[in-house]
Amino acid sequence: MFNSQWTTPAGMTRRHFMSHMAGGSAAMAGAAFTLGQTLKANADVLKKNRKSAILLWMGGGPSTIDMWDMKPGAPTGGPFKPISTSGDGQICEHMPLMAKQMHHMAVIRSMSTREADHDRGRYYMHTGFVPNPNIDHPSYGSVLAHELIGQRPELEIPPFVTVGGGSAGPGFLGMAWAPFAVTSNGQIRNLQMKLEQQRLMQRMAALDLIEKDFVKKNRGTAAEDHQKVLKKTFDLMSSEQMQAFKVSEEPEAVKERYGATGMGMGGGGFGQGCLLARRLVEAGVPFVEVDLGGWDSHSDIFNTLTNRHLPVLDKAMSALTEDLEQRGMLQDTAIIWMGEFGRTPRINQNAGRDHFARAWSVVVGGAGIKGGITIGETNSDGTTVETEPFSSEDLMTSVCKALGISPDTTYTANNRRPMKIAGGGKIIKDLFV
Amino acid sequence: MTLCPQTITRIAVVLAALLPASWACAQSNLPSQTQLINKHIQQGWIDYELKPSPASPDGKWCRRVYLDIIGRIPTPAELDAFLQDKGADKDHRLVNMLLHDDRYTEEYARNWATVWTNILIGQTGGNERNSLTSRPGMSKYLRDSFARNKPYNDMVFELVTATGSTKPGTENFNGATNFLAMKVNEDQATLATSSTSRIFMGLQVQCTQCHNHPFNQWKQQKFWEFNSFFRQTRALRRYAEGTRDVSHAELVDEDFAGEAGDPSKAIVFYELRNGVTRTAGPVFMDGTEVDVSGYVSDVNRREALGKMMIESEFMDKMIVNRMWAHFMGYAFTKPVDDLGPHNVASHPMLLEELGAEFRKASFDLKQLIQWIALSEPYRLSSQTTRSNASDDPQQGEPPKFTHFYLRQMSAEQLYQSLVSTNKASARGSYESQEAERNRWLQQFVTAFGTDEGDESTSFNGSIPQALMMFNGDLVRNSTTTDSGSFLGDLARENMKPGDKVHRLFLAGMGRRASRDELTIANKLLAARKGDQAAMLQDMWWAILNSNEFIINH
Repeated sequence: MFNSQWTTPAGMTRRHFMSHMAGGSAAMAGAAFTLGQTLKANADVLKKNRKSAILLWMGGGPSTIDMWDMKPGAPTGGPFKPISTSGDGQICEHMPLMAKQMHHMAVIRSMSTREADHDRGRYYMHTGFVPNPNIDHPSYGSVLAHELIGQRPELEIPPFVTVGGGSAGPGFLGMAWAPFAVTSNGQIRNLQMKLEQQRLMQRMAALDLIEKDFVKKNRGTAAEDHQKVLKKTFDLMSSEQMQAFKVSEEPEAVKERYGATGMGMGGGGFGQGCLLARRLVEAGVPFVEVDLGGWDSHSDIFNTLTNRHLPVLDKAMSALTEDLEQRGMLQDTAIIWMGEFGRTPRINQNAGRDHFARAWSVVVGGAGIKGGITIGETNSDGTTVETEPFSSEDLMTSVCKALGISPDTTYTANNRRPMKIAGGGKIIKDLFV
Repeated sequence: MTLCPQTITRIAVVLAALLPASWACAQSNLPSQTQLINKHIQQGWIDYELKPSPASPDGKWCRRVYLDIIGRIPTPAELDAFLQDKGADKDHRLVNMLLHDDRYTEEYARNWATVWTNILIGQTGGNERNSLTSRPGMSKYLRDSFARNKPYNDMVFELVTATGSTKPGTENFNGATNFLAMKVNEDQATLATSSTSRIFMGLQVQCTQCHNHPFNQWKQQKFWEFNSFFRQTRALRRYAEGTRDVSHAELVDEDFAGEAGDPSKAIVFYELRNGVTRTAGPVFMDGTEVDVSGYVSDVNRREALGKMMIESEFMDKMIVNRMWAHFMGYAFTKPVDDLGPHNVASHPMLLEELGAEFRKASFDLKQLIQWIALSEPYRLSSQTTRSNASDDPQQGEPPKFTHFYLRQMSAEQLYQSLVSTNKASARGSYESQEAERNRWLQQFVTAFGTDEGDESTSFNGSIPQALMMFNGDLVRNSTTTDSGSFLGDLARENMKPGDKVHRLFLAGMGRRASRDELTIANKLLAARKGDQAAMLQDMWWAILNSNEFIINH
């Protein structure tokens, strides 16, 4: 016979009901999913000093020599002109809106890395480690979500969301820390449970029993992760916080400012993604990655930049920065702009630029990072870094510092060796006052 | 006294266990190549002082074989047939049935066409607007090839040298053209270069496009020499009548003047890191030079390349490595398509010898599959024991294959498994079914939009997959109880409810239900007020959502 847990008292939300289920279903199938809710008493205190990060990922390798570290007049300089900004450096004329926000941003012009292949570069810049067949390193989003989640006991939606792209995986942290991939319109497939609640509970109990057996037979972490993922899935299905994904409900004027209208080729998607990122951070998501792909211009690069990438980026990134600032969120939210590498100063015979990791730029701001500055220098044609070179590890370590995470935090990797979360990089001191 | 055949078999098995492995092998009627696999893998166990897990129960092994060879789990009837079979060589016969019985040809061909479509044009190839690739065209070529068991060397040659139209139903249709259609026009055919060498030869050259490889022997010069073979080739856009919408592409070989403008010496230029310009002509990776004329009438460069590729032992090793990974969950190398000198294989001798055997067997893929599927490591349980728990490739150890490595089904395997349990959903023409499947698959794929067509999938055990399994149409359709559906028919069968639950578990997991599982099914039956179909629905939903179902184990 079923015990009384099988009937839901009227007026109980499914979430509340589930938290009751956690302890009471022993008669059904052993303990059901442990949907225990942590105490919310400290939530307000925590909200005050909780940190987040938004990574703007420029897939394909953006041409930073045409954007943040221009070489006007040099044979490698290309046709664009630099303009002055609200900070102390100059940037490309095709980013006039961003030029007004540069007092919030630091441009690091002395990135020097060694991975000029998309896959390897994406991995390296996302994890702080070069690919290694023996270790599956967790990416930024998984690491930061893992470290910051403690500040948000009330969070019911995934702590690591990636918008319009794939990001990089959770590595040895397991699927429970995998990115939740959504499209920039925030619409999530299969969210609606098309079953009455009680029957679902009963199905879940049966599922729980089947799972338990499988996990018991020493099937390793994958099976345990599956249970965690099921729990998270169940949580978000019934969570009010999912409202944050409804980016379409934003006022038209706001969408317009982000460039989130007119969803043509690459247009609109990124703007809307940035707007979605702001909403998610407001809802308490500690890490959001928004992808703007297609930077891989081996040919015809200047047209592509002028007509496609730069206007889209300029609108969205400037609106995001300004918005976060106006809402008082910029001081707690780090913005990281980067791709897997830069592009060659040499312009090839197809009027394109190729992959180039030896000297390139990234942009960071927010979360107490000093704005309006440029750090590091490249030589007159942009082929080498003339000041102290910085790596992915250094960048990640600095981001950790800005977010109040100790870079000495250590994980035990899947090969049972200790691993420093940001690859043991050094702090880029000039980013901090 | 006379012994029944089964007893004799049992005695033989016991005896075999007591004898040295080599003797047992010699006595068996296993293909000699399977014995070769067993010998090398066993030697590895001895070297590392590991003991293999026991053999997998029949039901689970049967599920594995169906998933890996024809891309879906067995139906209850198929599973029963295997479990009832008491013949000594039942494994052998099952593998042969899936490979050679006409009833399975279509599914066999579909499965391998799916696998290879993803390898050759990625999970998104052909879905982009105005794409030059026809996904149906690629899949049709592959399906026909696998259905006829075309020798692998012929397939490689055809894919590398194809000319004609990409789209089924057009004049000059040749589906093999879809491999290169999107890879030859842009960026001096660098994508054709890196994909061809990586996919078929296991040589990763993409880094050497712009610089010498920091840690292997591949040099930039090699990249551009290999690249030269693709420079006579173009994909011409064909438009839909009266519009500017691309209908398909025509892959052609044209005279190539070279970048110096002299077709009698059609060379390409490339730049070293320091800006110095170098030249390259068509030279195969082993140093064999080809006439440098760019005139197709003098030399068809892709054909010259194709001929040399299929003579290379790298091709043999690459396909063996790929096939091994498909069945065993791990290749001899990581990643599977990097056989470069810097990347040592876990079992180099075995890889070498199997490659040579494959060549001797005239590149017969079905034989290769049979050798691996009948091998001892493939027959092992997925449960580790104390004496082999350390064999965990996830921890970066080279795999020793002491037990079957767990892995999740692919999205395609899940789809096919659910559709096949439900006769009702397999409606419409083959093409329309394919299109529907393709639409469903796209929800999980993200393209990174790089020149190398990198992609990621969210069908990887993360939340979007769990949501789809919880609430998606695919699972809802497989839990219907309409007449003609799997559950509907089962509900109406004349047997005890408990036996029906066993049927469900056999269908889903390849095993019977446990006592606790029967108990909960009983409770569900009470909660459903005795409605068996509804109880089966609940149980089937739980089974489909379980880890044990989605994992190939």
